[in-house]
Amino acid sequence: MSGHHVTTTINGDSVEFVCEPQESLLDVLRNHLGLTGAKEGCGTGDCGACSIELDGRLVCSCLVLGAEAEGRKIRTIEGMAKGDKLHPLQKKFLEHAALQCGICTPGFLVAARALLERTPNPTETQVRYWLAGNLCRCTGYDKIVRAVLATAVEMKQEKRHAA
Amino acid sequence: MPLEGDIAQRKTTFKQIGTRPIRPDGVDKVTGRARFGADASAPGMLIGKVLRSPHAHARIRKINTAKAEALAGVKAVVTRDDFKDRNDALRDVLVNCMARDKALYDGHAVAAVAATTAAIADKALKLIVVDYEVLPHVTDVDEAMKPGAPILDKTMFTNNVEPKPTKPSNVASRCEFALGDIKAGFAKADVVVERSFKTEATHQGYIEPHACLANLGPDGQGEIWVCTQGHYMIRNTCADLLGLDISKLRVTASEIGGGFGGKTTVFIEPVALALSRKSGRPVKMVMTRNEVFRATGPTSSTSMRIKVGTTRDGRITAAEADLRYQGGAFPGSPVELGAMTAFACYDLENVKAVGYDVITNRPKQAAYRAPGAPMAAFAVESVIDELAKKIRMDPVDFRLKNAAKQGTKSAYGPTFGPIGLIQTLEAIKAHPNYRAPLGPNQGRGLASGFWFNFAGQTCTTLNVNLDGTVALAVGTPDIGGSRASMCLMAAEELGIGYEQVRTIVADTSSLGYNDVTDGSRVTFASGLATIMAAREVIKKMCARAAKTWGISADAVTWEDGQAKPAGSNAGNFKPMSFKEIAAASHSTGGPLAGHHEINADGAGVSFATHLCDVEVDPETGYTRVLRYTIAQDAGKAIHPSYVEGQFQGGAAQGIGWALNEEYIYGKDGRLQNAGFLDYRIPVASDCPMIDTIIVEVANPKHPYGVRGVGETSIVPPMGAIANAVSAAIGVRMLELPMSPPRIVHALDSRLKKAAD
Amino acid sequence: MQFEAPETVGAAVKLLAKASGTTRMLAGGTDVLVQLRSGTVEPKLIVDLKRIAELGKIAPEKGGFRVGATVPAAAIGENVKVRKMWPGVVEAANLIGSTQIQGRATLAGNLCNGSPAADSVPALIAASAVALIAGPKGRRKVPVEKIIVGPGKTSLKKGEIVTGIVLPARPARTGDAYLRFIPRSEMDIAVVGVGVCLTLDAKGVCTAARVSLGAVAPTPLLVKAAADALIGTKVDAAALAKMAKAASAACNPIDDKRGTKEFRVKVAGVLARRAAEKALKRARGN
Repeated sequence: MSGHHVTTTINGDSVEFVCEPQESLLDVLRNHLGLTGAKEGCGTGDCGACSIELDGRLVCSCLVLGAEAEGRKIRTIEGMAKGDKLHPLQKKFLEHAALQCGICTPGFLVAARALLERTPNPTETQVRYWLAGNLCRCTGYDKIVRAVLATAVEMKQEKRHAA
Repeated sequence: MPLEGDIAQRKTTFKQIGTRPIRPDGVDKVTGRARFGADASAPGMLIGKVLRSPHAHARIRKINTAKAEALAGVKAVVTRDDFKDRNDALRDVLVNCMARDKALYDGHAVAAVAATTAAIADKALKLIVVDYEVLPHVTDVDEAMKPGAPILDKTMFTNNVEPKPTKPSNVASRCEFALGDIKAGFAKADVVVERSFKTEATHQGYIEPHACLANLGPDGQGEIWVCTQGHYMIRNTCADLLGLDISKLRVTASEIGGGFGGKTTVFIEPVALALSRKSGRPVKMVMTRNEVFRATGPTSSTSMRIKVGTTRDGRITAAEADLRYQGGAFPGSPVELGAMTAFACYDLENVKAVGYDVITNRPKQAAYRAPGAPMAAFAVESVIDELAKKIRMDPVDFRLKNAAKQGTKSAYGPTFGPIGLIQTLEAIKAHPNYRAPLGPNQGRGLASGFWFNFAGQTCTTLNVNLDGTVALAVGTPDIGGSRASMCLMAAEELGIGYEQVRTIVADTSSLGYNDVTDGSRVTFASGLATIMAAREVIKKMCARAAKTWGISADAVTWEDGQAKPAGSNAGNFKPMSFKEIAAASHSTGGPLAGHHEINADGAGVSFATHLCDVEVDPETGYTRVLRYTIAQDAGKAIHPSYVEGQFQGGAAQGIGWALNEEYIYGKDGRLQNAGFLDYRIPVASDCPMIDTIIVEVANPKHPYGVRGVGETSIVPPMGAIANAVSAAIGVRMLELPMSPPRIVHALDSRLKKAAD
Repeated sequence: MQFEAPETVGAAVKLLAKASGTTRMLAGGTDVLVQLRSGTVEPKLIVDLKRIAELGKIAPEKGGFRVGATVPAAAIGENVKVRKMWPGVVEAANLIGSTQIQGRATLAGNLCNGSPAADSVPALIAASAVALIAGPKGRRKVPVEKIIVGPGKTSLKKGEIVTGIVLPARPARTGDAYLRFIPRSEMDIAVVGVGVCLTLDAKGVCTAARVSLGAVAPTPLLVKAAADALIGTKVDAAALAKMAKAASAACNPIDDKRGTKEFRVKVAGVLARRAAEKALKRARGN
């Protein structure tokens, strides 16, 4: 088996790694790069716990090969807070108790950020369908959906404030 | 256990209990820093993988591991030969972790390897040659009970039947709970409904697969990092299975990505330790989702018959249940709990519930949220609903008329103390959703449910730091926010800020034994121990203040987070705050700590009533849940957000169980849907907002009145949804899940019947 | 296993043509990675097509569109022009899996995976879409309905790549629609899928129709009898009922974990009727 040497950008940092051709990007993030925020719940793209952004698209990192990452831009949960400043979604998830066990939380946050960056004023239905690929077994989704909707309202207010 | 001494000191007004602060582990969990089972690694670590049986039932003639062992990078291979056989209570646990003479289900572990990479471990598994003699199998509970069914265990004779059977069978045991005379009761009934039901097996469906990192040296000293609901259980079980001293195995509970009962036993942990011992290296094992479905415990599939009779004015005269639960390849299905809980919501004179524990070629069932209760409740609540319709009585009123209340003697034994079932029914009746208009193809259903709640062995230690902050160590893994509740209770007792308390889940070497996080016990039991440990600290602090002031300890009281002289006779001293006493502790006698250990009792039973509206597409059988409302007795909600979360989570799991989740077996006895694609748990767009009403009928056996809340919420949903679906389509649904093909089939059958 | 990411179609074809053993192409990769993971396929060679610039674009073509093989479903949904012309195809593409899957999955990949239940395929067939194929012997065009020949099997020859899908120009007064049945609201494989495209004349009489069914036979079906039931009618209730019956009659499904035969046959008719009603509405608006 030949290792692939890959240079990519993760959360703004240039990163190099060597991976085997069959290793997924999730394997690489977790096992080679120590970025264990993305979780493996299924390995088949059915649970969304490994959600990341690849060149601006929300994807399951378990369905991307590590070798495919060459020259791409990757955003993971680890880059969501800026220093000690949490992203508004992270804050709202905490305030709304939108997590119980927390294993699905990084995936939900990454997915929800992708939603709000495209659709700043989503309806409840839009939130639910956008997040349908993120499984949560603890919360019944109620508080997650509320947290996302509340974040949208707050971000809109902040934007207005800043303008 | 009566409330004695300090426990009797009950609080009813609170400063912090009932508020909704941010959980202490929150920031770690929203930033990806929290470390779950699969997030740990160790220098020199190997990857362990398991070879699993592709057969539902097969004799294992021979296992040849030579080629796997010879593969470069393979450091250890283990099979049944590496685990000492035994004949005690742990035998089934051991055999479930590693098959012995037979593979008993598709997915049963047969061998395991540890190698330097995952790819090499996978390759090694393919090099292991297992010589199977395939045997006839059975996976359905009714089939397994028939004469002539393939027998899984020729040494098993049904327990608790007279005379003792002379032939082995798949029925492990029979149980019965009864009150009064059901024959006489049914004779008094004006209307009797008798129905048969079936439910398919469902899996807890936690998003985090089982994972551990084990390290066991040749000196018999070891450590294991593991996602589990009970690290002391892991320690004791693994030590026993591997022949280790309990003290030499240190278990650390990682953050746990859901459990719902499914992480209350061992699967890969003893195997990882055995591989580590054999290889001399740390071994990490992480299950795939496929393995989670095939080889960890779902709950039972069931077959049930329920018969209930009522007078025309709505008084139930008799109730009877026959319950048959298959619990996989080993005895231990939760049928007894099903029989105990089946009619617990009702105040009945004549009742009888009989249960049969059946084994089949399926994975060993594991606890799943109120194990055994939801299936029986689905069946009973369906019959109750049908009776209410038959006597033209409002379903809430029918339940109210028969509801269990304080003083009701339950069929399973105890007489209830203060309970909140009636309050939940009244809350639902008063809710606007009970009167919301329904459109075409829509239906409304409701159901009540009961769960015991457990308490059990618990201890906590509360250490006071010099700066007046507190480190609280509990031994119960935090599965849904319990650290926040512990911080709240400690802060409430000590009169300090929530932020001043940090709660950790201590490892097994740092704190005494704690039972598993199960039975909705943690907020009750660890909370109780936390409160008692805090009260011990207060007592000590009063003594320290007394010492400082040179007065008797009896002359000091604790008020608002301060030690004060008990009265003017005691002397005129400036009260000392918690912080001041902590800061002075080094000069008043050294470190301050409280500890409490208890085998707690009195967790306080709890009841819930769920209300659900659905719309069913009559042409496709697709069901959409429109509205969902829950009223449940929490005793006292410590952190209401997480109490609501437990209610909502249970309802969502119930929606899945009711509509789409099921273990599907092929004719070959293999599981057909071992993944989240075809094992269909509800997604965000399947659920509505879930309204919650927290009823608080204080549990007299907890200083704050806490009852367990985690499990009750999964007991009513299937009945509520089945009643709603049945109302929407005009046909009584008797099987779970009510998947679209089943609904269409039921509708078509009715049309056919009408045509005949 | 070897991983290659060529930058031209020619280079990709060459790699695939000379490869021995099992090969797989990555368009979106959402099926291939699952196969790799489960161990059901152990390819010797994986060719990632995403570095080939021409395959990553949606381009106008003869009044319609050429959708490159690596264009993710999300990008198709974001393309206002495609959405306006072929809403049925777009809604089918946007039903493939979750938002995350949408970020990767492609029309070409959905087709070449060869699943009888692929969501986009009945919609593409109904829309008379054509697959563009490049191979060692040059390029060719094949109607989409000729690609899948059995579960997981395609008519592609060794070394051939589907480089894109052509959606033709939409005739006047034509509308398409795709509906599928799944047990949940999202995240499932189609138990039944139906694509319908129909054209009306100025008087509202149906002059052309294509009805395609997914997940009810070993391959997606183009059901002529169902289309014939609509042609020449005003697509009234009687015609729709006849068409639904024809759709059900064309089914040759299996009983499996996703649905029973009985269920699939019935629901195929129901969805065919509903999809036709939706397509009709669109045709009237065009």
